Amino acid sequence: MIYQGKQKIWADYQKEIPDNHWFYVRSCIRQNFFPGAEKMFLEICRNLLGRDFFETEYHTTCGGIAYHCDTIPQETVMTIVARQFALMTEAGYENYVASCITSFGNYTEIIETWREFPELETKIRELLWKACRREFKIPKYLAHASDLIYKYRNEIAARAKYRLINRHTGEPLKAVEHIGCHYAKMFPSRGVGGAEYPYVLAGMIEAWGGNVIDYPERRHCCGYGFRQYHVKANRGYSLSNTHKKFESMEPYHPDFILTNCPGCPYFMDRWQYVIAETEGKTYGENGYGIPVLTYEELASLVLGYDPWDIGLQLHQVAVEPLLDKIGIEYDPKAKYLGLDEKDLMKPELPGVLRCC
Amino acid sequence: MGKLYDELLKDYRAKEGLKTCINCGTCTAICPAAEFYKYDPRKVMDIVQSKDEAEIEKLLKSDFIWYCGECMSCVTRCPRRNGPGLVIMALRNLSARLGYFVCSEKGRQLYPLTRILTGNILNYGYCVYPDTFKWEDHVESGPVWKWHTEHIEDTMARVGANFKGDGPGVLRKIPRESLDELKSIFDVTGGTERIETVERYSKEKAEELGMDMEEYFRETFEHTSSGHLNSED
Repeated sequence: MIYQGKQKIWADYQKEIPDNHWFYVRSCIRQNFFPGAEKMFLEICRNLLGRDFFETEYHTTCGGIAYHCDTIPQETVMTIVARQFALMTEAGYENYVASCITSFGNYTEIIETWREFPELETKIRELLWKACRREFKIPKYLAHASDLIYKYRNEIAARAKYRLINRHTGEPLKAVEHIGCHYAKMFPSRGVGGAEYPYVLAGMIEAWGGNVIDYPERRHCCGYGFRQYHVKANRGYSLSNTHKKFESMEPYHPDFILTNCPGCPYFMDRWQYVIAETEGKTYGENGYGIPVLTYEELASLVLGYDPWDIGLQLHQVAVEPLLDKIGIEYDPKAKYLGLDEKDLMKPELPGVLRCC
Repeated sequence: MGKLYDELLKDYRAKEGLKTCINCGTCTAICPAAEFYKYDPRKVMDIVQSKDEAEIEKLLKSDFIWYCGECMSCVTRCPRRNGPGLVIMALRNLSARLGYFVCSEKGRQLYPLTRILTGNILNYGYCVYPDTFKWEDHVESGPVWKWHTEHIEDTMARVGANFKGDGPGVLRKIPRESLDELKSIFDVTGGTERIETVERYSKEKAEELGMDMEEYFRETFEHTSSGHLNSED
């Protein structure tokens, strides 16, 4: 009964997502920490599903992190974004997809602000012309990259080699989904499912065979907090918020966590390591952590890509317990090898958190 | 310059964020920062709405406005569609412009943040970049990040990145002409002026504290006094 009610609410927040022809821009954080995820986004969308996604080498950061760390004025971030829109316009596209949630929120906020204050849009057009001699059209459709994987989720399911089923018990895997705050908290109608019941990740999990766990702090921030992480003195804020989420989800014994934000998987992965090393507490089974995945990584796993080709060796929390539950084949010895089996040695093992 | 309140309301984020706040406190109830720090967004909104110049100046010079994490959870839950997080951004912007940020410990952190983030943007075209995200400053990134950065050309190549390469792809080298355009944007939009303002006030503060700029960087980046947290007396 309650579930049906939620489905009705979700239905009220469905977002129009064009099927094809997208101008793609990357994420600063994801390129550093989850470089395989972005590679797999284009691999799946372009090469597997045959859609047109264009990327230009001339795009840059959107400036969103600097903006939310209050280091650049609003006019500066708006003009950087206007330049990105100009690159899209010059390339002949009108659908704009961002890999980053901070960027997606930034673009959404800017477009909405210009809609409400047209004189500001005029000012930014003048500033962009003065700085770069460029002109732009506002994207007709703005999406986050997870919107596209959500859109294609059933096509991915149809091609899947694996399902999110525990091969030992035959039961669906239990998944926690965590949505980046800037996906829909400011503008709920711009996200699939809105801010309270976002469906963008839940839809993927269900389509690929898993069960979504509801837990008390499901919508709590991961704790990034921009300046609260980038300044070393403030990181207790970030850790405390992640800790709160893990304590809240622990009784439900999730098999994995799925995220759509650049920072969230990093913090939920790395703070598990810190909690283990400082408090001696681990949240997974047998001393392991709970694996934290991006949506491209999860899509790639169910599609049968090699875990080390998609970059899962760059996670601090070992993913092997999850791979074993699903029944994914992998070579443990190949985890930390470079190209052509080059020996890169291995990361040191943590003292408490069990790793492979 | 006019009154602080009038200056604040010139900021579009203040216009958007401050409509008809009824001081119900829903924002404080949902706020991750209020749970951790001695922070109360309801109070911020109350002070700004009061238009009390002395109180607003005190706010701009305090730690209080720097506790927010800008997650914007308050925007979702506000029954009147206010945005305390947006008002905070406007307050921080004004505090930076006027040099008031150096009056508080958390405000002074604007110096390392500006140096790191605007440096990354103007030098590399990214907000975060491996060459400046050192394991020594980020031990929480774990042994895997240490290993990754020690072998970064190989680890990036293994997962199909185009690290420091030409053309598109993950962590490609942003072309010089694009970096030049970013610099022009900073110059014409006030970004460069903001960097210079933060540096000027920070330098004065460092001199007052008897520190050179490297010492001041480390101090503001690493040191925290007691008294900020709810768990402290």
